[in-house]
Amino acid sequence: MEIIKTLVKQVKQYKKVTIITPIFTALEVLMEITIPFIMAEIIDKGIQSGNMGQVVFYGSLMLGAAFLSLFFGVMAGKFAASASTGFAANVRDAIFENVQTFSFSNIDKFSTAGLVTRMTTDITNVQMAFQMCLRIVVRAPLMMICSVVMCILISPSLSMIFFVAMIFLGISLSIIISKATKIFNAVFEKYDALNESVQENVSGIRVVKAYVREKYETSKFHKASDNIYKMFVKAEKILAFNNPVMMLAVYGSMLSLSWLGAKNIVLGDLTTGELTSMFSYVMSILMSLMMVSMIFVMMSMSVASMRRITEVINEKPDIHSPENPVMEVKDGQIDFDHVDFAYKHGSGELVLKDIDLHIKSGETIGVIGGTGSGKSSLVNLISRLYDVDKGSVRVGGVNVKDYDMELLRNEVAVVLQKNVLFSGTILDNLRWGKEDATLEECQKACEAAGASEFIAKFPDGYNTWIEQGGTNVSGGQKQRLCIARALLKHPKILILDDSTSAVDTATDARIRKALKEYIPGTTKIIIAQRVNSVMDADRIVVLDEGRVNGFDTHENLLENNAIYAEIYEAQTSGGGDFDEGGED
Amino acid sequence: MPPRRGTIDLRTVDFKELSKTLKRALGLVLKNYKIQCIIVVICILGQAACTLTGTFFLRSLIDDYILPLTKSANPDFSPLLMALLRMAAIYAIGIVFSFSFNIIMAYVTQGSMRNIRDEIFAHMETLPIKYFDTHAHGDIMSVYTNDVDTLRQLISQSIPQLISSSVTIILTLTSMIILDLPLTILTLLMIGVMVYVSSRIMTRSAVYFGKQQAMLGKVNGYIEEMMEGQKVVKVFCHEEKNLEGFRELNEDLHEAMEKANTFSNITMPVNANIGNISYVLCAIIGAFLVLSGFSSLTLGTLVSFMNLNRNATQPISQISMQVNSVVMAMAGANRVFKLMDEVSEVDNGYVTLVNANIDESGNITEAEHRTGVWAWKHPHKAEGTITYKKLEGDVVFDDVDFGYVPEKMVLHNIKLYATPGQKIAFVGSTGAGKTTITNLINRFYDIDDGKIRYDGININKIKKDDLRHSLGMVLQDTHLFSGTVMDNIRYGKLDATDEECIAAAKLANAHGFIKRLPEGYNTYLTGDGANLSQGQRQLISIARAAVADPPVLILDEATSSIDTRTEKLVQDGMDSLMKGRTTFVIAHRLSTVKNSDCIMVMENGRIIERGTHDELIEAEGRYYELYTGHKAKA
Repeated sequence: MEIIKTLVKQVKQYKKVTIITPIFTALEVLMEITIPFIMAEIIDKGIQSGNMGQVVFYGSLMLGAAFLSLFFGVMAGKFAASASTGFAANVRDAIFENVQTFSFSNIDKFSTAGLVTRMTTDITNVQMAFQMCLRIVVRAPLMMICSVVMCILISPSLSMIFFVAMIFLGISLSIIISKATKIFNAVFEKYDALNESVQENVSGIRVVKAYVREKYETSKFHKASDNIYKMFVKAEKILAFNNPVMMLAVYGSMLSLSWLGAKNIVLGDLTTGELTSMFSYVMSILMSLMMVSMIFVMMSMSVASMRRITEVINEKPDIHSPENPVMEVKDGQIDFDHVDFAYKHGSGELVLKDIDLHIKSGETIGVIGGTGSGKSSLVNLISRLYDVDKGSVRVGGVNVKDYDMELLRNEVAVVLQKNVLFSGTILDNLRWGKEDATLEECQKACEAAGASEFIAKFPDGYNTWIEQGGTNVSGGQKQRLCIARALLKHPKILILDDSTSAVDTATDARIRKALKEYIPGTTKIIIAQRVNSVMDADRIVVLDEGRVNGFDTHENLLENNAIYAEIYEAQTSGGGDFDEGGED
Repeated sequence: MPPRRGTIDLRTVDFKELSKTLKRALGLVLKNYKIQCIIVVICILGQAACTLTGTFFLRSLIDDYILPLTKSANPDFSPLLMALLRMAAIYAIGIVFSFSFNIIMAYVTQGSMRNIRDEIFAHMETLPIKYFDTHAHGDIMSVYTNDVDTLRQLISQSIPQLISSSVTIILTLTSMIILDLPLTILTLLMIGVMVYVSSRIMTRSAVYFGKQQAMLGKVNGYIEEMMEGQKVVKVFCHEEKNLEGFRELNEDLHEAMEKANTFSNITMPVNANIGNISYVLCAIIGAFLVLSGFSSLTLGTLVSFMNLNRNATQPISQISMQVNSVVMAMAGANRVFKLMDEVSEVDNGYVTLVNANIDESGNITEAEHRTGVWAWKHPHKAEGTITYKKLEGDVVFDDVDFGYVPEKMVLHNIKLYATPGQKIAFVGSTGAGKTTITNLINRFYDIDDGKIRYDGININKIKKDDLRHSLGMVLQDTHLFSGTVMDNIRYGKLDATDEECIAAAKLANAHGFIKRLPEGYNTYLTGDGANLSQGQRQLISIARAAVADPPVLILDEATSSIDTRTEKLVQDGMDSLMKGRTTFVIAHRLSTVKNSDCIMVMENGRIIERGTHDELIEAEGRYYELYTGHKAKA
């Protein structure tokens, strides 16, 4: 119910057409019921009695009805299209808009693929169901009611036949459908697994071929595919009863109607014309029953889609700007006061424990530690990408929760570890950092980020088109462009989260030197795997399992901190990188 | 994505091509289900006949049976009862036909689907790597998910309906012609109008459906990109602009969708009412003809004719709908057939790999069981003899040129020698051709010029499967498969015992972390091991190579950052795997490079420097530059 409520809210400006559609459909149905009447009259009063005037009269009446029916039908179709596509557009908009308000932890909850499916396949399903509903929900019951009423008017006793047939049909259909959907749901899951294995084979074809596992994979696939075949056949065999049951109901009613009808006619309770009408009502009643069952199938199939959609629409962002936000960041001073942090608030395992760090404005800080030691989590708290569980994070002496979020994020620039470039020119991408940046500004930022050299080598220079996901530049080039993009913000704090891992050692060093000159007053935090990258920082944080293990200069740590010394030792005595230098 | 709904511009369809594809699609079904298909057609015909008989019976019921009853003083119901029983029998036959049709179709449809899926998968596995390089993975996937499904609809719905509608139309038209020719021509004329109008609507609709598909593609692309980069969007406070861009696209999509849907929604009422108009015209003109005496037509036949006219409309609009979906299914079928028609990897090799025994004097004999010693079995056709050569791992490149496309060579004059047990490292920038070289050894690609010899045998003479069996490969992208950790390790050698797999995991340094997984070796992995870290995935892929125990190894070290401790584990794992094997390694780590017997420095598809670490440092060339970060002297 909650689901329906959420979705109905999205109808918005299409409320009028949503209501008009069923009205026109109803009018169309009325015409559809009237036309057979007129048809019968043409035959009975016109042709059979050889009256040309009557033929022309009823003929023109029917022509009028046909044009009306055409008009209503076309309008209903048009409005239904407008309502359903408008509704779908609104839902799409609502999802997209809500996702924009998501905090990082909201984003973590949904996978990219999951969000994309929701906005494409799921919405298409719901749109179809919506349109079906608008057009059939009125049509089927109206047809049924009209027909039933007419039947009862003609002969209450004969109508009993329909009730028996309807009950029989209703029960049989619901048993068939419920049994079949159960199997279908199971088989769809298996089907997904099968597709996943195809996916694995397509992307992992080199491994398959390297290990000569083509035949093995093929036989594995055959087995899975055969399994699905068996389940599908089982489900379809149940569905195979659908038509015969339907026919049994129709034919059974026809035959008993003929028999009982004949008796009534002989007794004089029924005319032959009325019997003919009854025949056509049988058909329309049972047809509308079939339609209703179809609606149920459609609805039950789209329920999963509806649930997935409402999940996103109803997801509440868990980080907001405060009511009277602080609108200025004084300087780049950062303080962590006994901070605890977990990705799942309350219950989850603490990723950061009792962090107490105080960084002066303008300092360059290195952060080092193993995977899972909490490096990224630590810096993500500074621009309030996540909220702390305990303690507080202050920037420029003010708690981050008191700042306007947009302001804070513009002053604290983060170059994320998993960074993305967007389709557009290099210049377009750089201007994410500063919308009205001039070419000159961009060039300067690229200079500092070590990107200007390779950009100059591109035939189109700064107008080079970047493909979606930045697939046409190398990893190192991408990282440097991402740094330049962040630099354009001229932030008070710059955070580089493992942002030069694909850049060779020499270039890495050059970038760090250039940064010092480009933004001298900015507090810089550099997360790295390589000791080389943090060695010359003012101070280095050594993180271990969510705790600060050491916070000092390179020299002091080397002397006093076991973990740091170990990392240093491992990397300088032959375990280090021999990176692909000279990418550009 | 659901199969694309919509219509096709019939004017642009090449019907010759279409019927060829249709024939082939039907051929796929008929291949395995000939008898079933014949029965199905009989069922369709039988059912149509039963339904028609039923309709005619109901019409004659009143005139022939009920009216006489009302006229007689002492009504005899037995003729009516007999007639009803006869009808009941005919209906029962109809029901049996319908039921058999549905049951058989379940087997035919699903069975054909399974066979088609199996066939394309089996064929896909034989395709050369080049195919996967040149086709988007999403497109390949959509053959399985969308295109095969359109074929299912074709087999299970469109074709049976086309057959039954055609039968109904033929029967109705024949009856019409027998009744009255001029009115039949009038009806046909109206049918012509109907076909014309609905094809016009469809054409219009096709234009908008085309637009809708294009817009859908754009919107999906935008969504995908923005959802992927959502965190970056946040960091740059780009939400507003983002939403603006989305709204623009969404509005365009909405517009196209609305128009497309409108046209497809109005097809039905338009058709139905053209049918109604046809009915009226028929009635008026027919009545005029009868009453004015221009025709031999009687009022009775006119009434029957009117009934037929009413029945002719429905199958026509059904056929026009089905034709549309057949055309669409053929587009899907075409993509399926295109995949099936791709040329498989060619293998003319005849040298095979066998288990062998070697006696003291060095004679090699073939063994039935795994002996731990392998030999190349080399039949010589000319002399009719067979020679054996011990597998050692001696690889020679002799002046090899290669290009992925003929116009652009990526490797030039590659010469290298690796003697058994040696470690050869490749260093150089991205795109210098390091990975390409390793892909030539196992013949993922075939060289354009020069020769590659493996233990003195030209690798073109070695059967590809055997060649690849003798080479172990650890790639940067690990590609684990859905299955348990144990399954994934066993991938290297399918008949390996659990003990062998565990031993391999120990060798690869993977045992430690696997033991700590919730279910140890039975932990189920999905999505390329998404629940493991990059380093752990690499350890498993090393174990996978270890269990295969190949004499020659091809390693592509990972560049992605793993933390120092895991990196050490991976490093040690790789080192112990390399021991005693000829190894080609695309190196990123200093230690690997330093310990190599020979380092190849590559640039622009050429080996520009070669030698040991010390020699190359001495030379102060490109290697020196890369290693020290200082500019080379010259």
